[in-house]
Amino acid sequence: MTGSAPAGGSATHAGDTRMVTGWGRCTRSVAHMVQVTSVEDVSHAVTNAGVRGVVARGAGRSYGDASQNGGGSLLDLSALNQARLSSDGALVTVGAGLRLDDLMRWLLPQGLMVPVSPGTGRVTIGGMIAADVHGKNHHVDGSFGSHVASLDLIDGRGEQRRLNPEQPEFWATVGGMGLTGVITSVAFRPLRVETAYAVVNVERFARLQALMDAMREQDRRRRYTVAWLDNVGTGGPVGRGILATGDNAAIGDLDPSRMGDPLRLSQDRALTAPRTVPSGLLNRASVGTFNAAWFAWEGRPRTGEIQHLTRFFHPLDRVERWNHIYGRKGFIQYQFVVPDNAGSVVEEVLAALHRAGAPSFLTVLKRFGEGNPGPLSFPMPGWTLALDLPVAGSGLKDVLPALDRMVVEAGGRFYLAKDAHASPSSFAKGYPRLDEWRRCRDTLDPERRFVSDLARRLELVPPG
Amino acid sequence: MRDGMGRIQHVLLIGGTSDIGRAIVASLRPSEGTVLAGRDPDALRTAASGLASAGLPNVTTCPFVAGDGRANEESLTQALQGRDVDVVIVAVGELGDQRLIEAEPSEGSRLATSTYVGGLEGSLIGSRLLASQGHGTLVVLSSVAALRPRRSNFVYGSAKAGLDFLARGLRDALRGTGVDVVLVRPGFVHSRMTEGLPAAPLAITPSAVGAQVARILARRAGGRRAAGSVVYAPPALRYVMAVLRALPGPVFRRLPL
Ligand SMILES: Cc1cc2nc3c(=O)[nH]c(=O)nc-3n(C[C@H](O)[C@H](O)[C@H](O)COP(=O)(O)OP(=O)(O)OC[C@H]3O[C@@H](n4cnc5c(N)ncnc54)[C@H](O)[C@@H]3O)c2cc1C
Ligand SMILES: NC(=O)c1ccc[n+]([C@@H]2O[C@H](COP(=O)([O-])OP(=O)(O)OC[C@H]3O[C@@H](n4cnc5c(N)ncnc54)[C@H](OP(=O)(O)O)[C@@H]3O)[C@@H](O)[C@H]2O)c1
Repeated sequence: MTGSAPAGGSATHAGDTRMVTGWGRCTRSVAHMVQVTSVEDVSHAVTNAGVRGVVARGAGRSYGDASQNGGGSLLDLSALNQARLSSDGALVTVGAGLRLDDLMRWLLPQGLMVPVSPGTGRVTIGGMIAADVHGKNHHVDGSFGSHVASLDLIDGRGEQRRLNPEQPEFWATVGGMGLTGVITSVAFRPLRVETAYAVVNVERFARLQALMDAMREQDRRRRYTVAWLDNVGTGGPVGRGILATGDNAAIGDLDPSRMGDPLRLSQDRALTAPRTVPSGLLNRASVGTFNAAWFAWEGRPRTGEIQHLTRFFHPLDRVERWNHIYGRKGFIQYQFVVPDNAGSVVEEVLAALHRAGAPSFLTVLKRFGEGNPGPLSFPMPGWTLALDLPVAGSGLKDVLPALDRMVVEAGGRFYLAKDAHASPSSFAKGYPRLDEWRRCRDTLDPERRFVSDLARRLELVPPG
Repeated sequence: MRDGMGRIQHVLLIGGTSDIGRAIVASLRPSEGTVLAGRDPDALRTAASGLASAGLPNVTTCPFVAGDGRANEESLTQALQGRDVDVVIVAVGELGDQRLIEAEPSEGSRLATSTYVGGLEGSLIGSRLLASQGHGTLVVLSSVAALRPRRSNFVYGSAKAGLDFLARGLRDALRGTGVDVVLVRPGFVHSRMTEGLPAAPLAITPSAVGAQVARILARRAGGRRAAGSVVYAPPALRYVMAVLRALPGPVFRRLPL
């Protein structure tokens, strides 16, 4: 299989020392990129890490500083991209540097699918474990970590360990943002599919409350549910929203033209966003236009539409480097989860951003089911909202701390894979088992070789 | 580590009691901690409690004495306790007494130690700390006095000119390391340094310098490194200085500067 370089946010070359950013392009530091081609390479890089330590960098699709390590090393695992299927078809074993879209191209023709997919295929399997990613089916299937049978980790001594869900080290690694070690290989249970399609229904709502009620209802019936909100619409602060629900399509759901080749790969070609856009171009007017267009097209009400899974899971992948349209200052993806009984925080946050005149380009709402045992795993039962907020020209700096307080006081928390704004304390309040995670982390890496800009900013790994 | 909005977590102020330096820190509002480095422990303590009562968390102090070289490096490194620092401000210096120096040359070497050597040590140690972490901003306080020798303060001016030169050299040397150098050239600032002196035209307050530097840092945090690597405070001085530097000697000497 083929892999590709971990570009993601930008990486400007200067030998193997580069300026590295996250996908949001709003955090940056200079680090040494180390290409590894084998497990031995990884072990060597870990034991030879300098004072600034080392961390794995996947495809750089986390929005903030999770896969940055200023002054230290970043390991590029894109060469670890093998994939293997067990003879009974029940277990897929892949190299941690393999990209999800490449994996899907290999799995789908075999009638298999990843059990959980984030909103883009341009992530690596290592990054999916490290962030314990969730998808539109979280309320039914949980996050990716729940489908992993075992993983291979190079720990802080450079030694390889095979971890399984019986062990606390496994759960410290699932959602552990690369700070317990370098994942080299992952064995997970795939989902069997009859076709490469989903049956999709889309409903429009004028009011958030009605949408949330409908989502609760649909969660009982559909495997996949997700909502897009229009935070810049004219119909009041939280205006309209669309609810998309779906299930994997059975052969019988397809029209005859597709029945002959139900596992056919998507033929979509990607477009590329313009490279340089002045900061602030994505202003209220353009966000409004974008949202209007998106709602008009994606939000047109329909039932039983057959959509390719690639399209269904990764709609944004059709535009390459869309993160560049936010200009030089980049953007923050603000994602939090609040418990079910604090669903009103969703509306309060939207209203506060509306008052502050901070437009959101894409606003996604989803209900989570049960969480898993990972102390740093993000999902917990309740509502998760994700907003893309351009940094330039907005009063974000002034509003976000107030929003943070709302979220934390409601018993909610922030998602490390997206984070570029939390403080050590606002983060810690949402993760009561942080210290337990730290202790387990220290047993895997007593010399604290694994560290990232995120870990420093949020003091996940204590300094010194 | 700065967050995605450019908010600053940790600041190190070298010349921890400096009026201008403290005003810059107050405008930057570091969210996690501030280290004040200086030579007078009592004055540092007072400065620290002042910033703490202005709402800044974890303000600590450490020794820094111009000329102490290695000891300064150890002191600053230790004070950071393994944490990254987002902004290092170098605000060491003394104005000295030009007439006294002309009469007593050893006073000149004292001024050179405080103003040039102190500034050099702060800048070199600061840039090393920042470069090793792959990100951060070094703010160096130069002066418009560095731009053209004036009868009233050219010894001070010579020390500042040396520091100005050093900072520009560092800016180039640090390309590709993730470290940004901002050179600040204030005019007359109402501070302890200028207490009792007649104010020059375009005189400003330390807080005005602080606010201006904070604005520039916020702009540059977004990668707009082209704008504002040399900052005049107030900004109008850029043009005034351009004119003054171009004046022929005989005219310049007749100005009451
Ligand atoms: C358009 C878009 C949509 C998204 N939608 C979702 C979504 O719906 N749900 C969701 O959960 N997330 C979503 N994400 C976030 C994304 O899934 C995570 O940030 C993921 O971690 C990115 O993987 P990556 O390979 O790019 O890793 P990177 O961003 O490079 O790294 C992320 C973290 O993983 C660690 N890491 C990477 N590889 C390894 C390894 N081999 N061993 C140990 N640690 C490793 C890094 O150290 C870092 O801490 C989305 C992102 C984008 C850009
Ligand atoms: N004020 C102006 O008009 C003006 C104009 C242009 C540039 N500047 C520059 O701005 C910077 C800050 O000045 P300021 O106006 O804020 O004056 P300030 O309040 O007097 O600050 C000067 C600082 O330098 C420290 N210092 C002096 N000599 C030292 C030494 N030998 N070792 C260690 N520390 C020493 C002082 O410490 P102590 O408290 O121990 O004395 C004090 O912290 C200086 O570099 C100055 O040259 C000032």
